[in-house]
Amino acid sequence: MSSKPQDVEALIGRKYQHGFVTDIESDSLPPGLDEEVVRAISRKKQEPAFLLDWRLKAFRHWLTMREPQWAHVHYQRIDYQDISYYSAPRTPANAPKSLEEVDPKLLATYAKLGIPLHERARLAGVAVDAVFDSVSVATTFKDKLAKAGVIFCSFSDAVHHHPELVERYLGSVVPAADNFFAALNSAVFSDGSFVYVPAGVRCPMELSTYFRINAAKTGQFERTLIIAAEGASVSYLEGCTAPMRDENQLHAAVVELVALDDARIKYSTVQNWYPGDENGIGGIFNFVTKRGECRGRNSKISWTQVETGSAITWKYPSCVLRGDNSVGEFYSVAVTNNYQQADTGTKMIHIGRNTRSTIVSKGISAGHAENTYRGQVKILPSAEGARNFTQCDSLLMGAKCAAHTFPYMEVKNPTAVVEHEASTSKIGEDQLFYCLQRGISQEDAVNMIVSGFCKVVFKELPMEFAVEAQNLLSVSLEGAVG
Amino acid sequence: MLKISNLTARVAGKNILNGVDLEVNAGEIHALMGPNGSGKSTLAQILAGREDYEITGGSVLFEGRDLLALPPEERARAGLFLGFQYPVEIPGVNNVYLLKAALNAKRKAAGEPEVDAYEFLALIKQKMKFMQMSESFLTRGVNEGFSGGEKKRNEVLQMLVLEPKLAILDETDSGLDIDALKVVSNGVNSLRDPHRSVVLVTHYQRLLDYIVPDRVHVFSGGRILKSGDKSLALELEKRGYDWLQESRVA
Ligand SMILES: Nc1ncnc2c1ncn2[C@@H]1O[C@H](COP(=O)(O)OP(=O)(O)OP(=O)(O)O)[C@@H](O)[C@H]1O
Ligand SMILES: [Mg+2]
Repeated sequence: MSSKPQDVEALIGRKYQHGFVTDIESDSLPPGLDEEVVRAISRKKQEPAFLLDWRLKAFRHWLTMREPQWAHVHYQRIDYQDISYYSAPRTPANAPKSLEEVDPKLLATYAKLGIPLHERARLAGVAVDAVFDSVSVATTFKDKLAKAGVIFCSFSDAVHHHPELVERYLGSVVPAADNFFAALNSAVFSDGSFVYVPAGVRCPMELSTYFRINAAKTGQFERTLIIAAEGASVSYLEGCTAPMRDENQLHAAVVELVALDDARIKYSTVQNWYPGDENGIGGIFNFVTKRGECRGRNSKISWTQVETGSAITWKYPSCVLRGDNSVGEFYSVAVTNNYQQADTGTKMIHIGRNTRSTIVSKGISAGHAENTYRGQVKILPSAEGARNFTQCDSLLMGAKCAAHTFPYMEVKNPTAVVEHEASTSKIGEDQLFYCLQRGISQEDAVNMIVSGFCKVVFKELPMEFAVEAQNLLSVSLEGAVG
Repeated sequence: MLKISNLTARVAGKNILNGVDLEVNAGEIHALMGPNGSGKSTLAQILAGREDYEITGGSVLFEGRDLLALPPEERARAGLFLGFQYPVEIPGVNNVYLLKAALNAKRKAAGEPEVDAYEFLALIKQKMKFMQMSESFLTRGVNEGFSGGEKKRNEVLQMLVLEPKLAILDETDSGLDIDALKVVSNGVNSLRDPHRSVVLVTHYQRLLDYIVPDRVHVFSGGRILKSGDKSLALELEKRGYDWLQESRVA
């Protein structure tokens, strides 16, 4: 039919749009990793002793760990001694207090990325904490948030201004020794975001952070910590892009969410890092540990992710449902094209009574890409009346891509109900022909079919970003059919 | 309007069309009948531009243009419509959204301005009323969970909105209840126009009670075996297809 593989490949081959490098002098550490590097990072950031101790413990533990080999991804071994673990853009005023103080080159970079620092109208009501390499350089809407009692700042700021909160919650969901990449992050994390919503407060706006990786050969080790106290609620969006590079760049972030009694956290990700070129050269290695704990009764954490970027993605946003009646949700669209590899999924750990979880995963593969869903549902003996519903659907475009599904279930309470549905379909030639026969172009037809496939997930995204996600999807898959 | 000359085609090494000759003039309605597996849908799909089939010979002219040289979407925009025998479900894609995109693609190709959302909604509501479809179909996915009859009705709805020059309706009457058959027939008759043509693929004479054809053709073994006026359909109803095979041999 008209969707011959060669057409498809020609159409998929759209260049990454965010490929540019900002020329700013960097204050970087030379490549290499030892205890002295960990101390240097902590010193540069003037951290309190508890944090240095925590980092060192993590580092010592990391030395005893081995890189996990079980994910369904293949890549050249990473040389951890060849990475620089700290890079901060140097600006005249070391800590800009307002937009005017921010290096104009940086702002120009963000403009290219479409981050709305100057066009706030477009995303009215959204506070942006823009992270440039390792240091947070601009934060907007701080005042409005402060009035509501919400703390939204860079992680470094939180360490200085709210050390007691950091000390209390850091590592309480993802322990430093949790896994290889989490341990590495714990030892060398540079910056990230911190959110604290006090009891009874509904955060008055969507919080949003754009991460951006700029300096060459710099690993990024973000650390994000979000706490919703009793009855609080917050919606947070993380979006990412990176400039084009020929070498793979490592990204090992840790995100921890804590929801106390009756609290709600919605965490949405639109991830658009450089995926590598059509031959699989370059691109970001994205090894992320994201976990939320519903610590309190009736609390709810929901993860929504739209993943179109990175050469390699290894990521399992998870929920620990400790509080009785707590709810965990995971909605995911993962798109892989060309030589991208994604191994993603979620874990739902049911501990409390009547805990509920929902997993909806939509994987789309095109080109030579590999897309793996790995999900674990664990119902502990204490989780009386727990329920899980899982649905994983894969859509294949072309004959050279692959989708894999690995669901793991562990049910240790007989009153639990666990349901699982899975499907794999080729983007229907019949569907495509139907659209073409109605006069719709191939490109529009594919976008339509794919968006339809992802609709249930897009519905979960905050309004402002649903459109963005949709656009991202059509860019990533332009014309990808098979 | 449409002129098919000695068309032959095969799929998976098997010859399916074995020299089809058919001429449909503007304003005419033709009925194409014939046993299961004789190649009627294959012909319809080839005319619409499905590339699973290998065309081994012959030609097709649509308003004097070489139809086979056009990609399917251009055939559609030029005014060719296929009502599918098995309309496909496209989950999550809004039925109306698809139809609006289709209409606008056609208008754009004709150098006409796109319809805006309000105009379109008014148009589709009117057509849906005509097709006796409930407005709940406005918000549903394309054919998603539609019953067999609803899918067929939806095909005709699309046809009414797109106003094709040549509509090929592949068993649009199959699976319809009596009332739906009337509604669908009304839909087709409403398009009747000296500048429009319809090819009805059907197994049943009863459709032709409502939509009276100018010509009836019997398709068998990948070619047209016999053509006649509407009385041929009545004769087929009485005698089946066997006598034709015999008379051919004789
Ligand atoms: N892709 C294909 N691969 C193999 N055989 C095919 C393919 N498509 C069609 N055929 C065969 O071609 C023949 C004609 O099929 P077609 O669908 O055109 O018949 P039809 O006349 O429309 O029948 P019906 O009245 O049952 O709808 C059948 O024998 C069918 O099995
Ligand atoms: Mg048929």
